[in-house]
Amino acid sequence: MIRTLPSGKLYKTGFTAFIIGYFAILFLPLVVVCLLAFNDSMFPSLPWYGFTIDWFVGDGPDKIGIFNDARNMKGIWVSLQVACWVTLFTTVVGTCAAFLFEHEHFRFKRFFYYVMLAPLVVPGVIIGIALLTFATNLGMFIETWLGIDVRIFSPGLFLVICGQASFITTFVTLVIIARLKKFDRNLEEAAYNLGANRFEVIWFITLPFLRPAIIGAAAVAFLLSFENFNTTLFLVGSNATLPITLFTQIKDGSTPVVNAVSLLLIVCVSSVALINFIVSARGEK
Amino acid sequence: MMSSNLSRVKWSFFVFFIPVFLWLLLLFVLPNIELLRISFLGTDYYGESGITLNNYTVFFTEPVYWLTFTRTVGYSISVTLVVLVIALPVAFYITKIARLKLTGMLMVMILVPFWVSEIVRVYGLMLLLRESGIISKIMVAMGLWQRPVEMLYNDVAMVMGLVYTTVLFMIIPIIGVMDSLEDSQIEAAYDLGASKLAIWWQIIIPHCMPGIMSGAIVVFMLVLGNYITPSLMGGKYSLWFTQQIYNQFITYMNWNQGAAFGFLLLTISSLIIWIALKLTGQKLSEVVK
Repeated sequence: MIRTLPSGKLYKTGFTAFIIGYFAILFLPLVVVCLLAFNDSMFPSLPWYGFTIDWFVGDGPDKIGIFNDARNMKGIWVSLQVACWVTLFTTVVGTCAAFLFEHEHFRFKRFFYYVMLAPLVVPGVIIGIALLTFATNLGMFIETWLGIDVRIFSPGLFLVICGQASFITTFVTLVIIARLKKFDRNLEEAAYNLGANRFEVIWFITLPFLRPAIIGAAAVAFLLSFENFNTTLFLVGSNATLPITLFTQIKDGSTPVVNAVSLLLIVCVSSVALINFIVSARGEK
Repeated sequence: MMSSNLSRVKWSFFVFFIPVFLWLLLLFVLPNIELLRISFLGTDYYGESGITLNNYTVFFTEPVYWLTFTRTVGYSISVTLVVLVIALPVAFYITKIARLKLTGMLMVMILVPFWVSEIVRVYGLMLLLRESGIISKIMVAMGLWQRPVEMLYNDVAMVMGLVYTTVLFMIIPIIGVMDSLEDSQIEAAYDLGASKLAIWWQIIIPHCMPGIMSGAIVVFMLVLGNYITPSLMGGKYSLWFTQQIYNQFITYMNWNQGAAFGFLLLTISSLIIWIALKLTGQKLSEVVK
């Protein structure tokens, strides 16, 4: 049944076969995407016409590689910008929220805690349409009453950042709260007794303790933002993020340049995830 | 000392409270209230705008809407159950069966593709399954199939895609709780002659319930609110309720109708999660940890 118990040969082999099958199916689509990025063909499919790196560096006329593909490069750039702002916002606000719910006492704390959790159980699509209607009507209201046309309230990067931050902050908060729970508050008391004020205590004692969790949460926020589709779909203006432009290209059919983008994505995202995993594993020790 | 303590607390309280309050109010609560408000607005038959229940009655009178809705909810529940059935043995293998040396490597193998975006994974499945895809080409080349077969653009492919893209979200929380299950409990049950089924049903699953519920909530939400997979892998009739919302908002520009659909989706998802938590005796604040 488990490691320490004897079990039949059939049980063991059957289980191992199931796991091998599971991992094979897990990785097969990703491997296929990566391999076909190097196929010297106009279609992301077999037969294999030979190895090429044209889908990365090609500059036309038939094969435009990713580094010369304005559309995808712009998507990557837009997504990077959005992800940086979202990471900054969610890390700062999420850290505040963690302190608020772990170290402060106030009326209606439970109520606020549940409101803070609520974005987790609201589908991303609904966060998108809610923010879209709210921002549009707010913009119309300001225009009618003050006569100012506020451009940031129409679909665009600002709204995408707001929409993603709306629910990603909750994830960040939960990651930091988990770490803050392990904090020994006697350390703070010691610092107070030695004459430190609240700001100094947080800056020199609590934040350094939280650093691994904050870095981990920032990495999570960056990845969630970079790959977000559902919320972004409704808030994006003319500047499509990478997942949105990839979706359009895949739906309409595309050259293997999509595979090249995907390969870069897989490599970058896996490295971030791997580094984060190693760092957090070390932080636990 | 007491008074300085108080002022200290107040000062830091507002520094923490204000950003959090603004975040929740401006980015979450007010937008959702606004969405609820406009879902009750509309123009009546005489062209006059005002408060109406029309957006909600349309949902019940037009079969295409409520059929898509029930389809979406039904598939979401089934996909969550299928994902659970796959995730339990995988998590069990990693935490309890695999040699300890292997466990770390398997964890990395689980966590790394976890972050690869849904769209890339769906694209990979499409490259395999479509008529001009890898599987078709290989089967024809080997002479097993007479001609290429289209395996994409139907409900089966769509469900497969949904299971494939969400299963990791179930495995990871279950690994978390299974890790804390003492081997000795299973050993004791085994020594007392319990069958495998009894061990699973009476020891492993009850212990893993918090992880199962947190995975199930995430998977259910991801599937119910999905847009990519039904759009790319589903067929002409594989309608998904998020597509109806998208159509109302972007194609028909009928935001009031779209808002009503959004709220129906939100209501059913909250309701199902609430029922599931009640049935399993779990609390949301415990499950999200």
